Amino acid sequence: MMLPLARTIEFWRRAADSDIFFSFTRSWLVVASAIVTALFFICAFGASFIAPHNPFDLATLQLSDAFLPPFWEEGGTTKYLLGTDDQGRDVLSTIMYGSRTSLIVGFLAVAFAMVLGIGLGLLAGYVGGAIDSIIMRVADVQLTFPAILIALLVDGVSRALLGAQGHAEAQELVLIIAIGLSYWVQYARTVRGSVLVEKNKEYVQAARVIGMPAALIVLRHVLPNVMGPVMVIATINLALAIITEATLSFLGVGLPPTEPSLGTMINTGQQFLFSGEWWITIFPGAALAILVLAVNLLGDWLRDALNPKLR
Amino acid sequence: MQKSDADQPILQVEGLRRYFDVSAPWLNRVLEGKDRSIVRAVDGVSFEIKRGETFSLVGESGCGKSTVARLIVGLYGPTAGSIRFEGTDIGPSAERARHPDLQARMQMIFQDPYASLNPRWRVGDIIAEPIRFRKLLKDEKQIAQRVGELLSQVGLSPLDARKYPHEFSGGQRQRVSIARALAGEPEFLVCDEPTSALDVSVQAQILNLMKDLQRRLGLTYLFISHNLAVVYHVSDKVGVMYLGRLVEWADKKILFQRPLHPYTRMLLDAIPDLDMTGRQRTPVAGEVPSPLNPPSGCSFHPRCPFANERCKSEIPAVRAVEGGAVACHAVEEGRLPPWKIQAAA
Amino acid sequence: MSQLLEVNHLRVEFPTRRGTLVAVDDVSLHIDAGEVLGVVGESGAGKSMTGAAIIGLLEPPGRIAGGEILLEGRRIDNLPYAAMRAIRGRQIGAIFQDPLTSLNPLYKVGDQLVETILTHLPLSLADAKARAVQLLEDVGIPSPGERVNHYPHQFSGGMRQRVVIALALAAEPKLIIADEPTTALDVSIQAQIISLLKRLCHEKGTAVMLVTHDMGVIAETADRVAVMYAGRIAEIGPVQDVIKRPKHPYTVGLMGAIPSMGMDVERLTQIDGSMPRLNAIPKGCAFNPRCPVVFDRCLVERPDPMPAGNGLAACWRVMQGAEHAEV
Repeated sequence: MMLPLARTIEFWRRAADSDIFFSFTRSWLVVASAIVTALFFICAFGASFIAPHNPFDLATLQLSDAFLPPFWEEGGTTKYLLGTDDQGRDVLSTIMYGSRTSLIVGFLAVAFAMVLGIGLGLLAGYVGGAIDSIIMRVADVQLTFPAILIALLVDGVSRALLGAQGHAEAQELVLIIAIGLSYWVQYARTVRGSVLVEKNKEYVQAARVIGMPAALIVLRHVLPNVMGPVMVIATINLALAIITEATLSFLGVGLPPTEPSLGTMINTGQQFLFSGEWWITIFPGAALAILVLAVNLLGDWLRDALNPKLR
Repeated sequence: MQKSDADQPILQVEGLRRYFDVSAPWLNRVLEGKDRSIVRAVDGVSFEIKRGETFSLVGESGCGKSTVARLIVGLYGPTAGSIRFEGTDIGPSAERARHPDLQARMQMIFQDPYASLNPRWRVGDIIAEPIRFRKLLKDEKQIAQRVGELLSQVGLSPLDARKYPHEFSGGQRQRVSIARALAGEPEFLVCDEPTSALDVSVQAQILNLMKDLQRRLGLTYLFISHNLAVVYHVSDKVGVMYLGRLVEWADKKILFQRPLHPYTRMLLDAIPDLDMTGRQRTPVAGEVPSPLNPPSGCSFHPRCPFANERCKSEIPAVRAVEGGAVACHAVEEGRLPPWKIQAAA
Repeated sequence: MSQLLEVNHLRVEFPTRRGTLVAVDDVSLHIDAGEVLGVVGESGAGKSMTGAAIIGLLEPPGRIAGGEILLEGRRIDNLPYAAMRAIRGRQIGAIFQDPLTSLNPLYKVGDQLVETILTHLPLSLADAKARAVQLLEDVGIPSPGERVNHYPHQFSGGMRQRVVIALALAAEPKLIIADEPTTALDVSIQAQIISLLKRLCHEKGTAVMLVTHDMGVIAETADRVAVMYAGRIAEIGPVQDVIKRPKHPYTVGLMGAIPSMGMDVERLTQIDGSMPRLNAIPKGCAFNPRCPVVFDRCLVERPDPMPAGNGLAACWRVMQGAEHAEV
């Protein structure tokens, strides 16, 4: 039996020696994306420690500080590096807090879509027959609607069910479910395809000959072997989910201005865009673009690294 | 050894059939006016295997030999017919589910050593899977020890338990596969082309290992192969399949020295001559017909040099002959010329 | 010079990030006009790689790192791509294991034949079409006049391999590289294809390099045979000698490992271990860890093929004078 420490060391030694790590270090673009993504995570989740101001602390907000430009513009101050918005909130700090909201909603939405999609995909692929047909036809129908429409639909339904008050309280959860529901199809399709390949492989048949029940085979043998492509989709979907959340917030059905995400900030800022206060919307917009680009590049790399044909 | 026990067949297969529906989806059938298409992959196969012996099924691709193997271990359910293991019919899935004890006594070795091991598991966990699943041993230390024993038994090192499948060569993986099969302490092993993906020198190792294990553990083998030389080496009895039917079976010596069925003769003729006796293979005209649309009567008749009108219309029944059985009108009518005496045999 | 193809000290390398793998190492062989040279070996022995190097179809990053390949005395291993393409098909034909991948599924087999013929031979379209039909008839395809208009998927496996042979012979090349031409086929079809290949090459005087792992196919087809192990030639010589009186301990073991009918043995001769991976080829003779007659020189010095009987064997025992090793 190995000691846990030795096991950990071996794990990292193997990881550092692996082909994936090698292909990672080969491209500076990928390394840069990883660093940018990591920086976003640190800034977002360490916002309460790093951010120069707390935009949610009403006591510190001063309306006299509203509409200050970035520090290099005339009238700007180094107290607010990227300027302030209409409420006098520091744009830089709001971006950090906003990224946190965006990332949390994105992550949870992707997790929800993944669980739903993987579960249905495994079921469809392994059981087959009528269950397979039903699940995949529902998926086909859903694919004919743009994801944003599905999300809007879910949001509308929940608004009707919960009432305005309840809806506002559960807004983040509603967003997560709305975005998750609009992206599960891709996971289900990919997983089903992989399952159809894996379930005819001889190691699965060997488990069946032992007498192992189907549920156990799916969990222990099939699932780990279909996770590769799922992780690729998840990474790329994270970027999509963040964009969808931003779109919803921009359209006003997302998070309220009191609890801003990047999308909400862009929305608030766009009304001042033509009156000269461009920084309120441009900086959150740039932050969103950079974050999405970095995550997307990571996803592309992961897809290529896991594809044996391209190696 | 008591005679009654030794002569008791461990497996009896009776009238085994398995049809596959390969029709287009319903909508396409309706729109394109097509009929259902059914492949009779296994179409009435009967044989029995005695305890401790090796029964081989040979035939060309698509003859249904692998389907028979998968039917016997329960990867497919039969369309009709019975599979009696130790006297109990475990053909229907419900019956099989009722007898996990019987299922536990059979195991399977697969053809592709690269697909038969889960790439994400350590070899030790792969081999321990049947032990853990059936709770043969509870204590992890005992399991590790047993895995080590099994690895040594198949000629690997107990230290290999920590490695992953990709660290092994094809032959070594096939050894792991055998160790996993042995872990459940089976008596009956179904081996589906266990060496056809391996190089000859490695094939010799695996065949030797399988023979050693059979002697030591008293195993019974059902051996599926397309390679007659390998079959000659490992078997006690040999069955020849063609398009889902067993056309001839016999004791090995008898089958190879005095093949009766024209198809068996054709297969023997087609074996490359390594002894350089100058014998030319007799190329046989034609190819295996599509199992979707098998010929009428004896399905071999379009390729058979001895076919007559009866062969085209009537399916020959399997008739017992000395040392075996054969399904051929020409044999029954005695119009088959004797088999040429071979220099090698 | 009757030597059609001459390969001298060929070396094929695969650069990888963990160092350079040598897939073919110092291989020298020749093929005379009209001769069938068998190349046998287990997977990874470098036999297919040698064939691919000769027709200039090494998959990158694989590359010829040394030695030379001469076709009728003219170097072809350093030709530019376009010049090599003119030689492929016209001078050297190729037959691969899987007939499905050798044929384009989107074109009728007749059109593929005509295209190959027109590329290499100065014929009119009508003559080329007539020749395509003639070729299909030569390879034993029934009613070739109709079959030229069929697509590859309409042929069975054996018939498809016949089409591939027709394609390889279309421009009457002097040499055909056949890489495992019968491996994907059933034994009864295998016999048909082998006898077809033998007959056609004999009739047209085409030389063949037959790459296979199947000693049986070699035994009934080849004039001479080269046995490869870990990227090198272990033994080369007339097929009778190599099969009946092998000199190299590896060939001895290989022959004993093949089960054969009428040979009633409880156990097959077994060479323990497996062929080394390309990144772990042992020092000295690559076969030394598995060799039953290994001695100290084998561990340090790599033997080159040296005269043994009617052929060559790369083994120090042979040089020691021990007429084939006791195993």
